[in-house]
Amino acid sequence: MATETHVIAHGPELRHHFEQPEQQYESATLGMWVFLATEIMFFGGLFAAYTIYRTAYPDAFASSSQYMDVIIGGFNTAVLICSSLTMALGVRSAQLGQRKPLILFLIATMLLGCVFLGIKGYEYHHKWVEHLVPGFNWNYPIPQYSHHAQILFFLYFVMTGMHAVHMIIGEGILLTLVVMAYRGRFTERYFTPVEITGLYWHFVDIVWIFLFPMLYLIGKHKLL
Amino acid sequence: MTHHVHPVKMYVSVFLALIAMTATTVIVAEIDLGALNVVMALSIAIVKALLVVLFFMHVKDSSRLIQLFVVAGFFWMAIMFGLTFNDYLTRSWTMLGHWWTSN
Amino acid sequence: MSTLVQSPQTQQSKNYLNADHGWKSWLFTTDHKRIALLYLISITFFFFIGGFFAVMMRLELLTPRGDLVQADTYNKFFTMHGIMMIFFFLIPSIPATLGNFLIPIMIGARDLAFPKINLLSWYIYIVGGLFALGALLAGGVDTGWTFYTPFSTLYSNSYVMAAALGVFISGFSSILTGLNFVVTIHKMRAPGMTWGRMPLFVWSHYATAIIQILGTPVIAITILLVAAERVFHIGVFDPNVGGDPILFQHLFWFYSHPAVYIMILPGMGVISEVIPCFSRKGIFGYWAIALSSIGIAVLGFLVWGHHLFTTGQSMYAGFVFSALSFLVAVPSAIKVFNWIATMYKGSVSFETPMLYAFGFIGLFTIGGLTGLILATTAADIHVQDTYFVVAHFHYVMVGGMVMAYMGGLHFWWPKMTGRMYPEGWAKISALIVFVGFNLTFFPQFILGYLGMPRRYHAYAEEFQVYNVMSSAGASVLAVGYLLPMIYFIWSLKYGERAPANPWNAAGLEWMIPSPPPTFNFDTIPVVTWEAYNYHEPDAPEVEVGH
Repeated sequence: MATETHVIAHGPELRHHFEQPEQQYESATLGMWVFLATEIMFFGGLFAAYTIYRTAYPDAFASSSQYMDVIIGGFNTAVLICSSLTMALGVRSAQLGQRKPLILFLIATMLLGCVFLGIKGYEYHHKWVEHLVPGFNWNYPIPQYSHHAQILFFLYFVMTGMHAVHMIIGEGILLTLVVMAYRGRFTERYFTPVEITGLYWHFVDIVWIFLFPMLYLIGKHKLL
Repeated sequence: MTHHVHPVKMYVSVFLALIAMTATTVIVAEIDLGALNVVMALSIAIVKALLVVLFFMHVKDSSRLIQLFVVAGFFWMAIMFGLTFNDYLTRSWTMLGHWWTSN
Repeated sequence: MSTLVQSPQTQQSKNYLNADHGWKSWLFTTDHKRIALLYLISITFFFFIGGFFAVMMRLELLTPRGDLVQADTYNKFFTMHGIMMIFFFLIPSIPATLGNFLIPIMIGARDLAFPKINLLSWYIYIVGGLFALGALLAGGVDTGWTFYTPFSTLYSNSYVMAAALGVFISGFSSILTGLNFVVTIHKMRAPGMTWGRMPLFVWSHYATAIIQILGTPVIAITILLVAAERVFHIGVFDPNVGGDPILFQHLFWFYSHPAVYIMILPGMGVISEVIPCFSRKGIFGYWAIALSSIGIAVLGFLVWGHHLFTTGQSMYAGFVFSALSFLVAVPSAIKVFNWIATMYKGSVSFETPMLYAFGFIGLFTIGGLTGLILATTAADIHVQDTYFVVAHFHYVMVGGMVMAYMGGLHFWWPKMTGRMYPEGWAKISALIVFVGFNLTFFPQFILGYLGMPRRYHAYAEEFQVYNVMSSAGASVLAVGYLLPMIYFIWSLKYGERAPANPWNAAGLEWMIPSPPPTFNFDTIPVVTWEAYNYHEPDAPEVEVGH
């Protein structure tokens, strides 16, 4: 029984159902982009709901916007953009087979992510203190907008909360990568998990790039 | 596997552009431009997202297939927005009136 | 060593069924063929649960008065029937069973791109199913499978959360299956297996996967919002505080309409395989069928508003959605014409798979045409929320998809199990299903037109005759479904051993042994022939191993 499989030099990372390492890498990348497409639709639903209500209730929206701190939000945006830079540089280090820089960049990304989450936590706490958490201690200072503002604040919490959940999952994945990198699992020939984690992390950044203006910036002045 | 390794300078340049645009969008938001505020904020966000997608996520060097999937994802979200708004924006075109002004 | 002629003895040597033993080798498998069987068993289980509720409903509807159960209980019946049948039977059905089993083999691959994710998707499905079962056993859900607000968020006293979570979780199973199929079809095709040489079964699953990927996340977020509103009592969909129930409907149907194409495209893929085989003729209009599958997937995302014609959507939006809904009928019709053209001047035989294919073509056409009636806004006002709608979707989903599923099971049963089913009993069952189905659902068109509303456990006296006919048909249909259960299981032990290609069909799956070896091909084939090469009397001998 002659087996004619052409044997290619490859490491243990090549799974047996793939013929070439390149095929496995391209499959992983395509798979991650397909997954990100599902995330676009997932967040898209929330964006649609938020846009509809904010257009419908411009006064409540303008009112509730004053409770968003632009400086904090802007700073957090910068933090996340920094983390995207460190992540991208981490992927680059992996491409070059540079183990130590890779680990450092991954840790830097994790730390920046934690800073973001910490600041977010502070914002949430602030909202709690001001009785602006729907379903828990909601008490809006301007009664005529209370109902509509409650819907908008609810969507604020769901959207930023979902984003935070994705970041926490990302932190877990990054930690796993740090451990794997430490154990020397990545070389310049095989670094797929780093690359696709990078894609995920950048996507979470993109979600925030849209969340920030939507939630913090465009309600500052009443709409026409 | 051959992958184009970009210089650190490229990543840092994109990073600086993103920070600059973030600052810009915050500053512009302070000025009352009416309906233009939304347009400005959204446009800047789109450009930022494009930079991240093309350079940080390497879509600029990716295969046509990947690029197609990226476009498709955003296009589908646009479908959801578009046809849903097709309803909301035209509710006042009929005798049914505005549901949101009734209370 | 060619495997086109296979003696029964060598078949008993290593194949995916006997390669490994013990429950761990099944529950921790990454072999797409074993995972397909795991799905087959689980979806059959949920089919019977959904079927049980159907039986209960038809029993209640034998008499005009609501005398068997309370209205609330009846509401739970149709809700559980819908949830079980749609989310836990139909949506996974062909893709997770036949798709999982066949797609790698049909394209010349050893497995799907992500075998572990494949197994994970089954476990996720099971967890989702357990939540739904939990909701059932705890007391049921009464909101309808559509979970409309504000009833589901504010007023229902049933186990909405558990059921909704079950649906939410099972959605991830669907997404992962779709993801796996898309990447597999792009990246795992054997050398020479160009897009134009792929079986149409694969094309239809690619189109289905697109829908699963792009649509399911939206119902995921919608369910989360419903759950959040139920728990925190925020008024996202509550009109009393400014929420819009129509927004729920938009978000819900954005997925659930394309979902019905998830529930027909794989069936169309099966038909595209069965008809050429039993007409001994290559498919007519290969590219028309392939591209119309993609067309259905894309257009299917543009029409969801036709579920909102009568609920409060703007009239202008209704106009737009109506026009788009007419458009989506076109690619489906294209397929039907091409299938018929395939049979024209072919050498047609009537084995069981072909009987189901015939049934599919007729019944799906009726279902599809009645869909056009529903897409017409003016007509829809009359028949919306009546039994006309119920009949329409059962014609496409049961007369279409389930028939295709039965046909596909019979067609590929020899390949999957290495055994032939008893053809005589199978033909009888197919006939019973056809008769039972039409007796059950055709009267419902009339009932709907005459004005009987759906989701009511009691009805006006004058509707009784048709309801009795429908319930009688249901009992016949039940027999038609039970018989295959029995003879399929019987065949596992006593069925005639199947050769590699009992139907003399074209396709890579027929060139490997029945049942196939674990890794499908010892050597990845190099494909140099076109699909459906029935016109070549001596199909190329291919070294596909073992």
